[in-house]
Amino acid sequence: MSEQNDHVVLDVKGLQTYFYTDDGVVKAVDGLSYQVRNGEFVGLVGESGCGKSVSAMSVLRLIPYPPGVIAGGQIVFKGEDLLQASEERMREIRGNRIAMVFQEPTTSLNPVLTVGRQISESLELHRGLDKNEARDESARLLDLVGIPDPSKRVTDYPYQFSGGMQQRIMIAMALSCDPELLIADEPTTSLDVTVQAQLLEIIAKLRDEFQMAVVVITHNLGLVARYVDRVNVMYAGKLVESGPTETIFAEPKHPYTVGLLASVPRLDSHHKVVPRVIPGLPPNLAHLSQGCSFAPRCAYAMDECRASAPQLEPVATTGAAAEASGHERACFYDAAKLEKVDMLD
Amino acid sequence: MSDESTGTAVSDQPSDAPRQRASVEDVLVDVKNLVKYFPVTAGVLRRKVGDVKAVDDVSFTIGRGETLGLVGESGCGKTTTGRCILQLYDVTSGSVVFNDVDLVQTKGEQLRRMRRHMQLIFQDPFASLDPRMTAGDIIGEPLLVHKIAKGNEYRERVAELLSMVELDPAVASRYPHEFSGGQRQRLGIARALAVNPDFIVCDEAVSALDVSIQAQIITLLMRLREEFNLTYLFIAHDLAVVRNISDRVAVMYLGKIVEITTSDQLYANPRHPYTISLLSAVPIPDPVVDRTRERIVLEGDVPSPMNPPGGCPFHTRCPQATDICRTQVPEMKKVDEGHMASCHLLDAI
Ligand SMILES: Nc1ncnc2c1ncn2[C@@H]1O[C@H](COP(=O)(O)OP(=O)(O)OP(=O)(O)O)[C@@H](O)[C@H]1O
Ligand SMILES: Nc1ncnc2c1ncn2[C@@H]1O[C@H](COP(=O)(O)OP(=O)(O)OP(=O)(O)O)[C@@H](O)[C@H]1O
Ligand SMILES: [Mg+2]
Ligand SMILES: [Mg+2]
Repeated sequence: MSEQNDHVVLDVKGLQTYFYTDDGVVKAVDGLSYQVRNGEFVGLVGESGCGKSVSAMSVLRLIPYPPGVIAGGQIVFKGEDLLQASEERMREIRGNRIAMVFQEPTTSLNPVLTVGRQISESLELHRGLDKNEARDESARLLDLVGIPDPSKRVTDYPYQFSGGMQQRIMIAMALSCDPELLIADEPTTSLDVTVQAQLLEIIAKLRDEFQMAVVVITHNLGLVARYVDRVNVMYAGKLVESGPTETIFAEPKHPYTVGLLASVPRLDSHHKVVPRVIPGLPPNLAHLSQGCSFAPRCAYAMDECRASAPQLEPVATTGAAAEASGHERACFYDAAKLEKVDMLD
Repeated sequence: MSDESTGTAVSDQPSDAPRQRASVEDVLVDVKNLVKYFPVTAGVLRRKVGDVKAVDDVSFTIGRGETLGLVGESGCGKTTTGRCILQLYDVTSGSVVFNDVDLVQTKGEQLRRMRRHMQLIFQDPFASLDPRMTAGDIIGEPLLVHKIAKGNEYRERVAELLSMVELDPAVASRYPHEFSGGQRQRLGIARALAVNPDFIVCDEAVSALDVSIQAQIITLLMRLREEFNLTYLFIAHDLAVVRNISDRVAVMYLGKIVEITTSDQLYANPRHPYTISLLSAVPIPDPVVDRTRERIVLEGDVPSPMNPPGGCPFHTRCPQATDICRTQVPEMKKVDEGHMASCHLLDAI
């Protein structure tokens, strides 16, 4: 990582985001806490529906009301609790100091404006550039995200670009305001692997150039392994494990993380390895039990796990070292007895 | 939705041992010189201005009981190849021999009867299921269309199909939106199995699912393959997934197959520069291992299939390209037993 200081850019504390539906109260995010430091690249992973997007939208206060409500917690951005901020203040922060790339690029780009116009508008608004400066800067940003012939392509409309290129244009747009924090929600799911890697490569490079903090939400654990500094594993609206990337991959200490890593097919084994299967389905977030949400699928679940929910705490086995590295997990089972499944055997 | 309806326990895994494949001589699908061009028209008169050469002279065979993986970047022609085999597109030229019958020359009632033996499982379980039909109707529809079962027999078969894909038969009366993505994909598989097919094209069948659910579906597809001696064409852009399920793998680039071999051989000893770069780009979910791998990053985008480059289609992005690559189209050459690649520089690399 490039020169990092310990300055906390984003501090999410006990966030609760609920949706009031006919089926009951969907606790999409329920007691989520994490920090992102200056220049840090954080990966947020977890099964579909576990609340990743809702947690990101909550940071920008973009939860549709009704049915959604941020029911509790704090979102402290550079010392300021965004949950207390006025709507006017939030408009200053969105797309200016915190930029977000949404899961669905086609719905976020305006189809009737050229991409150059869209980026320029943002540059004029947020950075106060004049028309000519904005035009040159748009081309430079498109070049940074790897669009060939950028000065020619600024006059093209979104549909004239492939899905992967649209995704990169979204990132160029997000960067046009020189944000302090970039949140990218699944920027890669529908893309093939070469394009996925290119995109994360670009984000990693820009993180260095712009000295911003990045949170990327993704299903692809391979990309996480390659690019992020810290991994947050989410399950049913909460973090179940968090730690430096190498620690999480080498010594996962939550049964869900262990299962998740073992279910990824790998290319580097000498023979074919059948991925392991985590049995069952993620829980219905409207009807959560009082115990650990993972207990119904967990091979290690004990009575204690069904009775009450474990909190995120420093991993005990590595002691002081864990506290320093910030390896935490929410699980009652003896960490020393939990080991990574070796997928290369 | 309850948990007990899906999933196998962690302990209940199919074995990792190499499986016994049906003999290669018993060819079920024989694709020869398959070509599919999509005309591109312009203006109010819809004048033809060119062709998208989606599949351009592709040949391969799939043995009975075998799984052939088909990989390549977005837009290289994988889906088109699958749909041409199933005769869902009018083939421009070439032949597709299935069970000794050339499907391209087969029409009407006879083709309809042949179709029963071939099924397609799509990527998007949401889009491929009619929201107003119950799970039972969706799975049972092919039974009615092909007049295979009705009445009690129909209901029994639907229940049997649901349990085959590890769903509770009681879910037959539910609607698609009441199922999760993985469960919807199970419904899609049950529907494909309804007519007792020999051959299934799985087009990105697990791509939209997250890893844990993906592993459940792959395990299911492997089990069904053994149980019913199914033959799969397994299309996907995730090379690690393809390796797991395939006996052999074909790599496509711009409408052509550039390399084909056993899946173990492809990953251990890739020969075409495109295959090599594609494999090197796949991140390994282990930061320590991943850091030590050499990565070849391809420059530029895939050329337009309307106007593919002359010579070797890959030469515009190939790190090794020489003069001959720019002018002459390389032939498919034998590299090893059952290993073919089309590259001028095979001896040099
Ligand atoms: N507008 C809404 N109304 C009701 N429930 C909602 C709404 N938006 C989200 N949810 C629910 O909140 C939960 C979390 O959704 P979220 O989109 O955050 O999942 P995710 O982790 O981003 O999943 P994916 O990986 O599929 O994108 C889900 O159960 C979802 O159904
Ligand atoms: N119906 C159609 N009409 C015109 N062009 C088409 C049609 N279907 C596909 N194509 C073009 O044919 C080429 C091959 O498309 P195909 O869908 O087979 O690719 P693919 O390898 O399946 O890609 P992906 O991984 O994105 O699914 C592409 O350039 C595509 O734009
Ligand atoms: Mg999401
Ligand atoms: Mg396709």
